[in-house]
Amino acid sequence: MYGIGILKGLWVTLVHFVETFTEDFRWIGRKRYYSEEGVAARRSKDAKGIFTVQYPEEKLPVPEEFRFIPFLVYEVDEEGNKHDRCTSCGICAKVCPPQCIWIVRTEDPVTKRPVPEPVDFFIDVDICMNCGYCAEYCPFDAIKMDHDYELASYDRHAEHIYNKEKLSKPVEYYASIRPANYTREEAVKAAEEAKKAEAAAAKAAAAAATAQASGGEQAAS
Amino acid sequence: MSEQTPVKEAPANPPTELEKRFPGAVKRDERPGFEGHIVEVAKLHEVAAAIRDEMGYDFLSSVTAVDYYSEAPEGENFIEVVYHLYKSTGGGALVYRVQVPRDNAVVPSLVDLYPGADFQEREAWDLYGVKFEGHPDLRRILLWEGFAGHPMRKDWKEPYFEEDVKPFKNRWPEGQVYRIEDRNPVGKNVSYPQGFDPDGFQETDDPRMYESLERSSQDFIEQIDTEQVVVNLGPQHPSTHGVFRMAVRMHGETIVGLKPVMGYLHRNHEQIGERNTWTMNMPFTDRLDYLSSMSNNFGYALAVEKLIGEKAAPPERAEYIRVIMAELTRISNHLWAIGFLLNDLGAFFTPALYAIEERELILDIFEATAGSRMMCNYFRFGGVARDLPEGILPKIKDLVTDRLPRKVEELDLYLSANELVRSRGEGVGVITPEDAIAFSAAGPVLRASGVPYDVRRADPYSIYDRFKFDVTVRQHGDVYDRYMIRIDEIYQSLSILRQALKDIPEGEIMNGKNPYQVRVPAGESYGRVEGPKGELGFYIVSTGKANPHRYHVRAPSFINLTILEKMCVGQKIADVVVNLGSIDIVLGEVDR
Repeated sequence: MYGIGILKGLWVTLVHFVETFTEDFRWIGRKRYYSEEGVAARRSKDAKGIFTVQYPEEKLPVPEEFRFIPFLVYEVDEEGNKHDRCTSCGICAKVCPPQCIWIVRTEDPVTKRPVPEPVDFFIDVDICMNCGYCAEYCPFDAIKMDHDYELASYDRHAEHIYNKEKLSKPVEYYASIRPANYTREEAVKAAEEAKKAEAAAAKAAAAAATAQASGGEQAAS
Repeated sequence: MSEQTPVKEAPANPPTELEKRFPGAVKRDERPGFEGHIVEVAKLHEVAAAIRDEMGYDFLSSVTAVDYYSEAPEGENFIEVVYHLYKSTGGGALVYRVQVPRDNAVVPSLVDLYPGADFQEREAWDLYGVKFEGHPDLRRILLWEGFAGHPMRKDWKEPYFEEDVKPFKNRWPEGQVYRIEDRNPVGKNVSYPQGFDPDGFQETDDPRMYESLERSSQDFIEQIDTEQVVVNLGPQHPSTHGVFRMAVRMHGETIVGLKPVMGYLHRNHEQIGERNTWTMNMPFTDRLDYLSSMSNNFGYALAVEKLIGEKAAPPERAEYIRVIMAELTRISNHLWAIGFLLNDLGAFFTPALYAIEERELILDIFEATAGSRMMCNYFRFGGVARDLPEGILPKIKDLVTDRLPRKVEELDLYLSANELVRSRGEGVGVITPEDAIAFSAAGPVLRASGVPYDVRRADPYSIYDRFKFDVTVRQHGDVYDRYMIRIDEIYQSLSILRQALKDIPEGEIMNGKNPYQVRVPAGESYGRVEGPKGELGFYIVSTGKANPHRYHVRAPSFINLTILEKMCVGQKIADVVVNLGSIDIVLGEVDR
């Protein structure tokens, strides 16, 4: 019969339509909307009914690897001084595909030798293509990709070139948004430190041994 | 006795089949890292015809030009046009090329042998200034008529020109921040040809286009003497596919000629690519076909890895991750294509949103692995950027084994038997298999016409030879078949995914370190993958430097549009939009 295909199709849309109500009934007593649990359920493989997320009242949780604009990581020592992890080596500026990173390297006023901490660091967030290369290739884990994606402002000329002050965030913040990455990096660092300490200890022991041996020799001669 | 020891002679290169066949006209390309033959310009047409008819290389995959330019007077100075051909029955490539002087670049056109060369030759004319003699409609295709020069030539500089290659010098160690528009304000950022007055500009492009429309529609026999009308569809979203325009010449309601007009989104992707370093190009490939960025990454990574050789062979786990990502991309792309084809048919947004729902779940997976939903930038030379995050494999498994099959079945039930879909699709926009091959159509468009050609099977790359899957094929070549083949392909992709998920091993995801500067030896390579829209190829030439000398994208959406006129002629105006939708184009890739 002509029209059966259309009826089947209408049946599918009707099922979808009815499901929006049955889902809401099944969630009576629990919050399907404006709650974390509800958003998670709507993103699961069994999601039925209303699928959309009412941004900005509800937001999708971002996964750890999510990347947006880069930020600079600094550490605070016991005396409260900030230390940039950045050494202004320039790899991020060199690898940046749209070339939106500008770094001003510090020079020691007396010796004129470069100091491993940048005077200033600029990122033009209008040009940044969020590729994540700067974070990926930074050998010092000093630049990382942020999760904050709400960057709109009223004046792009005044506000969209971020300087070092605006880019810097504490290492605790980094650990909070990317815990798995952070622990992995710290483990690698700790292993390297241990290796270094071991090597240093071995070297010291060897040096002591040779010193002793040569000392013994000298004494003998 | 020593003088009697036989001197080991270098084994004389036996003449290749082509050299034997065309003595004098063809010589081997001796440059290190290059393959194929150099054909005499005067003999090109003859040789090409013989290669097509006698050797069976009937599928012209890519035509592109390369500029070898050096400022030194004794340096090499020529333009090369490179042809990549395949057999539609499968197998490796046949490459031949012609070399012409830069100031007088004239090459015989191959459009009469391979109609699929049409747009590609126009592109080479537009960007390189190679004149194709005998081309029926040699106009600019991506740029506008008043454009000064041919921008892909190595001595051409754009208005915002900063430096020849990245990284630019003023970024570090004394970063000098400036906005380009402050230094070079709007209005002063264009350069015109010599003697060009923008105020007195008369558009010459459109009249020429209408002329060519008239020429192409002359053989239409008029039964009743009526006036033919030209209707412009677009350039604003004729079918929500992007900024694209079709000039349609009609006789009553019947189409007698059609010219696609594109380039509204042109950003000279290839020029950007040649200025970038090898690594920097990866995120730019995401922006080609922005619905299937993982496949674009795949193609580019393959091309560069081919050139680097064994050193960049990805480890097992990376290969599996690549295949999983590429197939998920194919599914999400086909869902989108089906949804928006139905939009073009007039079923406004209900099917599209049902399809997008599933696509969202796939994008969630991309976001968790690659960090971004659409601009994934996930592949690296020799592997992938990072390992799969914890808990993602079960999630993919749930999708692949449970949700997607269920939902695709539902979509099938919803649409495939629908009488409206069938009557609007069956017998509309028919492409014969001969035409599909001749016009270099690829992917679902080619397979829906009854040509079982799939790069994954015909010329296997990565680890596709390990999986069992069918090369889907449909026989009628109409809009309905091009819709159905996408449903079929989703099922095949799901099958590949199930196998890959079962076999994926533990282990490394990168071959060696992931350096920020890649050494690529001198030479050329052509890496192609079966993208969701068709054969996606990257042709790259390296001179051993940090930046590619040539970076060309064989964009399936762009080349599939060549056949659009053929599909539409003789049909009604209402079918044009459906025909366009059934090709499934993305303007980011068409315009590049």
